[in-house]
Amino acid sequence: MPSYAYPTYAYRPSPDQVRTTPARHRVAIVGAGPVGLAAAIDLAAQGVACVLLDEDNTVSTGSRAICHAKRTLEILDRLGCAAPMMAKGITWQSGKVFFRDGQVFAFDLLPEGGHRFPAFINLQQYYFEQFLVEHAATLPAIDLRWKNRLVRVDVKADCVRLGIETPDGTYDIDADWVIAADGARSATRRLMGLDFRGKVFEDRFLIADVKMKAEFPTERWFWFEPPFHTGGSALLHRQADDIWRIDLQLGWNADPEEERKPERVIPRLKAMLGPNARFDLDWVSVYTFQCRRLDRFRHGRVIFAGDAAHQVSPFGARGGNSGIQDADNLVWKLALVLKGLAPERLLDSYDAERLVAADENIQYTTRSTDFITPKGTVSRTFRDAVLGLARTHVFARRLVNSGRLSTATILADSPLSTADIDAFDGQLRPGAPALDAPVLRDSREGWLLDSVRGGFSGLYFAEAGVDPTVAMGLAALKQAPIPVATTAVVPAGQSAADGLAVVVDAEGQAGRRYDGAPGTFYLMRPDQHVAARWRKFDRARVDAALARATGH
Amino acid sequence: MPSKLRTESGFERPDDFYDVLIEAHRGLTEVQSAMVNAKLILLLANHIGDLDVIREALAAAKAGV
Ligand SMILES: Cc1cc2nc3c(=O)[nH]c(=O)nc-3n(C[C@H](O)[C@H](O)[C@H](O)COP(=O)(O)OP(=O)(O)OC[C@H]3O[C@@H](n4cnc5c(N)ncnc54)[C@H](O)[C@@H]3O)c2cc1C
Repeated sequence: MPSYAYPTYAYRPSPDQVRTTPARHRVAIVGAGPVGLAAAIDLAAQGVACVLLDEDNTVSTGSRAICHAKRTLEILDRLGCAAPMMAKGITWQSGKVFFRDGQVFAFDLLPEGGHRFPAFINLQQYYFEQFLVEHAATLPAIDLRWKNRLVRVDVKADCVRLGIETPDGTYDIDADWVIAADGARSATRRLMGLDFRGKVFEDRFLIADVKMKAEFPTERWFWFEPPFHTGGSALLHRQADDIWRIDLQLGWNADPEEERKPERVIPRLKAMLGPNARFDLDWVSVYTFQCRRLDRFRHGRVIFAGDAAHQVSPFGARGGNSGIQDADNLVWKLALVLKGLAPERLLDSYDAERLVAADENIQYTTRSTDFITPKGTVSRTFRDAVLGLARTHVFARRLVNSGRLSTATILADSPLSTADIDAFDGQLRPGAPALDAPVLRDSREGWLLDSVRGGFSGLYFAEAGVDPTVAMGLAALKQAPIPVATTAVVPAGQSAADGLAVVVDAEGQAGRRYDGAPGTFYLMRPDQHVAARWRKFDRARVDAALARATGH
Repeated sequence: MPSKLRTESGFERPDDFYDVLIEAHRGLTEVQSAMVNAKLILLLANHIGDLDVIREALAAAKAGV
């Protein structure tokens, strides 16, 4: 059974519990899973205090998320939480796909260098949450209350009253805003009577974590119909502490209770790992998967994020990773609204942007699920035909779908983006998340993304020095009501003007990734997405784009 | 939308094509034939590489079925 020592977090009675009238809080977050924790930490970083409620007193039990994507790591880095994840996690970026007894192809998710974070790390969800809890504990702005279960939601005109059950009985608090991050079975959603619609995939998967010393490489290995597991699919992936994740597709008719029993599981694993493999079962569960979402994520003062808002099948590791992007998207908006710097309707852009993201994730995972578990003879024939062709024909490899692994959503039609008026080449565009690049900062090796944080920011690409008038204009942006901190990106051997932060694009990667011809200015949102960009700095245009990006 | 799918005769010797198609399946079981057809569709669809054409062809193929 689990080798991980689950921490127990103490329930501490709050003074709120003995008041005669409910205490008033600016933000309450329901659920201290990955999403609620990330939201709380981000709020604290932006100077907003919150109460974070969780019905449990430990981290996620059992085996759930393992693959955390590059974008998640970038967000965590902004939150100051990436280091322990990187230290404990298993870095990987390549994988292999097998069909029956042979390899179909190998892939590499991050073929180009010059990124701080890998395509993925694998880390058990309990560690992921533990590191977030440990960081949250250092932030006085977070009032994290374990063993506090939400049992009542009463939406009032100017606040939301939450009824909370604790070991000492129930109490109420009032919150200006509620972030519902209470997972796929969200109590908030149920208490508010909201529909959660979508489809269930009629299949069952055995998820087993085994502890073993094995020689397999640190790659994602996926089998369609392997000889050791007739008719189904299989996945093998390494996690921290010599734990390996194994997924076996069981079919809809499998009996989940029976399949969980060690006497059923061990022979299946021996067939896969070889009769002499020595392993211990760390965790076993049997899942069915579904893709569902709420019609809207914002319901007045209650805003849903993560699995509470949308649920996907795990092929592609899009559940937790998209939830972290939800938090990243929501928190700066909520902070601006709370500080009176943006109108409430800025929060509607969370809906607009993250509904599109959820639909994209649902579409990807639905297609993966359809490929992995074909329904009917014809779809199975096509699936096997693709796999058969993929060994020799490159085009068919791109049709093989064993999960399209999570990448950041490009918020292409965002109401907050200002459309390009100038011509740009390359991957970036308004709504896209920033691309990282290696740079020199004070002659030390660093990363461009470190200049794209702490509120709105600007990147100004300069050649030889910065024109003094432009430099003054850029510096003045820092004094705006919503300040924009600009960094000049200059080629090797150049310096910038006084009063401007500067990084040196020694390898030319930043210039290439941003198509950063001299004079180019990027306005970046606090969540590191591109708000607007121009070939020439123009304060009036920046002001208009900033107003647009803040819902004005 | 103007039609992109060419439906006028494209073969110089249509009978030769038909013969090649039927011959390819000679001696195959139904399951094997289904697999050959599926692979053939995938290869040709990729060769065409235009989803509009493929959508039109699918619609034409489904008409009356
Ligand atoms: C087998 C499997 C594999 C997966 N693999 C991946 C992967 O590789 N990568 C990935 O990104 N995602 C993966 N996921 C999905 C991932 O686990 C979820 O998307 C993620 O946990 C969602 O986080 P969350 O914070 O929204 O919700 P949760 O993690 O469910 O957290 C909800 C929290 O709310 C608390 N809570 C619930 N009800 C109440 C209440 N009434 N009052 C107070 N607190 C409450 C719970 O205690 C819990 O702490 C996988 C899921 C499964 C099942």
